[in-house]
Amino acid sequence: MLLEVTGLRKSFGSIVVADALDLVVAPGEAVGIIGPNGAGKTTLFNLIAGGLTPTAGHIRFDGRDLLGVAPPARCRAGIGRTHQIPQPFEKLTVFENLLVGAVYGRQKSEREVAQACGEILERLGLLRRANALAGSLTLLERKRLEMARALATAPKLLLLDEIAGGLTEGECGELVATIREIRKTGVAILWIEHVVHALLAVIDRLVVLNFGRKIAEGEPKAVMQRPDVHQIYIGIEA
Amino acid sequence: MDDSAAKPAQTFRIETAGGAPRIAASIAVLIVLVLALLPMVASRTLVQDFIFLFYMLALAQCWNLLAGYAGLISVGQQAFVGLGGYLLFALTLIGGLNPLLAILLAGVISALCALPTALIVFRLRGAYFAIGTWVVAEVYRLVFAQIKPLGGGTGTSLTSSVTSSVPGIEQVRALLDVRTPAARDIVSYWVALTLVVATLAAVYFILRSRRGLALGAIRDQEAAAAGLGVDIYRIKLAVYVATAAMTGMIGALIYLQKARISPDAAFSVLDWTAYVIFIVVIGGIGTMEGPVIGAVVFYLMQRYLADFGAWYLILLGTLGILIMLFAPRGLWGLILNWRDVTIFPIGDG
Ligand SMILES: Nc1ncnc2c1ncn2[C@@H]1O[C@H](COP(=O)(O)OP(=O)(O)O)[C@@H](O)[C@H]1O
Ligand SMILES: [Mg+2]
Repeated sequence: MLLEVTGLRKSFGSIVVADALDLVVAPGEAVGIIGPNGAGKTTLFNLIAGGLTPTAGHIRFDGRDLLGVAPPARCRAGIGRTHQIPQPFEKLTVFENLLVGAVYGRQKSEREVAQACGEILERLGLLRRANALAGSLTLLERKRLEMARALATAPKLLLLDEIAGGLTEGECGELVATIREIRKTGVAILWIEHVVHALLAVIDRLVVLNFGRKIAEGEPKAVMQRPDVHQIYIGIEA
Repeated sequence: MDDSAAKPAQTFRIETAGGAPRIAASIAVLIVLVLALLPMVASRTLVQDFIFLFYMLALAQCWNLLAGYAGLISVGQQAFVGLGGYLLFALTLIGGLNPLLAILLAGVISALCALPTALIVFRLRGAYFAIGTWVVAEVYRLVFAQIKPLGGGTGTSLTSSVTSSVPGIEQVRALLDVRTPAARDIVSYWVALTLVVATLAAVYFILRSRRGLALGAIRDQEAAAAGLGVDIYRIKLAVYVATAAMTGMIGALIYLQKARISPDAAFSVLDWTAYVIFIVVIGGIGTMEGPVIGAVVFYLMQRYLADFGAWYLILLGTLGILIMLFAPRGLWGLILNWRDVTIFPIGDG
């Protein structure tokens, strides 16, 4: 398995935001995560990427226990992530934003990665904004930059946190096509999303979280039809 | 991020955020030339004023790299100014070294002292880091106050044999037909100019390098930079040690010029950190241009208002707070809003 999460628990004081979580992602697999706001989805990403330390449980990635491994080393091991609220380097250009990920995430020189960065920008439709300061991007462009920057690190596992919210029907279709293409290159995907139809167009497996617990997992359509999940889903859509 | 990064196959061109680097470089060279020749015509007071301006600017560039880019809000940089100053005195008075060599060595030893200091203060976060650096500087002060051969708590002076052993003084005296103290100032002026240009060049090249890319990222979004593989701790440590070396050399130069040192003056938080922070904040933190503007403004205020004593300090403080509140990007930020220019094209807008 590429990612193996076992018995993961995280509490902030008395609030438990991850509870006995088990989750696996195989190489090249695409797994979706849904759940109401506050279910602990983003927290799970922070635990995997290393921004937060678990209270208990283990995370293994690519055959290695991540306990005590700092975020930069996790990135270099192959974990790339986007942020639910985009965090661009505002005073750097879009291209330089990608360079940071490519140079440090892959441990290569600027010259070696320039071409790859250009291709990623092209794939995400940001090429004509390459020389713009990231601070001048629109929200949609910032979300694309999040993905471009994560891809620049050449990840084995890409963590996507609510990247389809607020898109028009057409933009959403483009996004789905882009993510499908990324999958073809062998990158595994773990995708948190409220826009369920976009999610279902890509993923192999669906996980449902509620109050920090996994309440359902399996074939996406089958999971969505479960009454308890349906109940939560209506809550999300509302 | 130079143009050579763009290979022929690419259909786009990578530009830096800067405007016209070649013109800027020519102007910079011209300014340095004019400044180098200035002592030929300037009065001794003006020469001394410029020495002050140069070392405040060099200190400000160091603090800006530290705080504005690496996010290390140190209020203890006087530790390295004082250390550098005392090392100069120790190496020349006791070690019998040439002052110029002592300045270089002061830089090396300051860097070596910065390593164990960093191991302590880097364990602290945010405000505790700031307080920690201050406490460490106080410890340095107390330690040097105990060293009897260097005058203990009251301090000591450089002998005239040391101050006149700086190479070039004789030649300047003969060439410009000035008296020895004036010739000494002129040589100090050139050393200070060299040091400030070296500091600016060092900061510029650090920011243009791979490290600079990471520092820009850390300045803008530290957590996101870590998630992209940037080793925050290592880069911060490198910046802390490098700025300690530069600050130590500047301290050595300052006290070569002053020729008299005491623990209270050499480790003064007001002179070597508070004023420096003021310069960076009013000029514009996180840019290279900001400290240049801030240093000039500070020099002018010091020159024309320092006679007002306490009122001068109140004015400095008020101005600093007003700028923080209403123009957090400093005077350089105001200029940028007004016109889209960059002098140092390192991609920081
Ligand atoms: N650093 C933190 N300290 C305290 N509580 C937190 C912290 N981060 C997240 N939480 C809480 O954890 C819960 C889960 O948050 P999050 O993982 O962001 O949910 P989701 O992404 O599923 O909407 C929320 O109740 C949130 O308030
Ligand atoms: Mg979330």
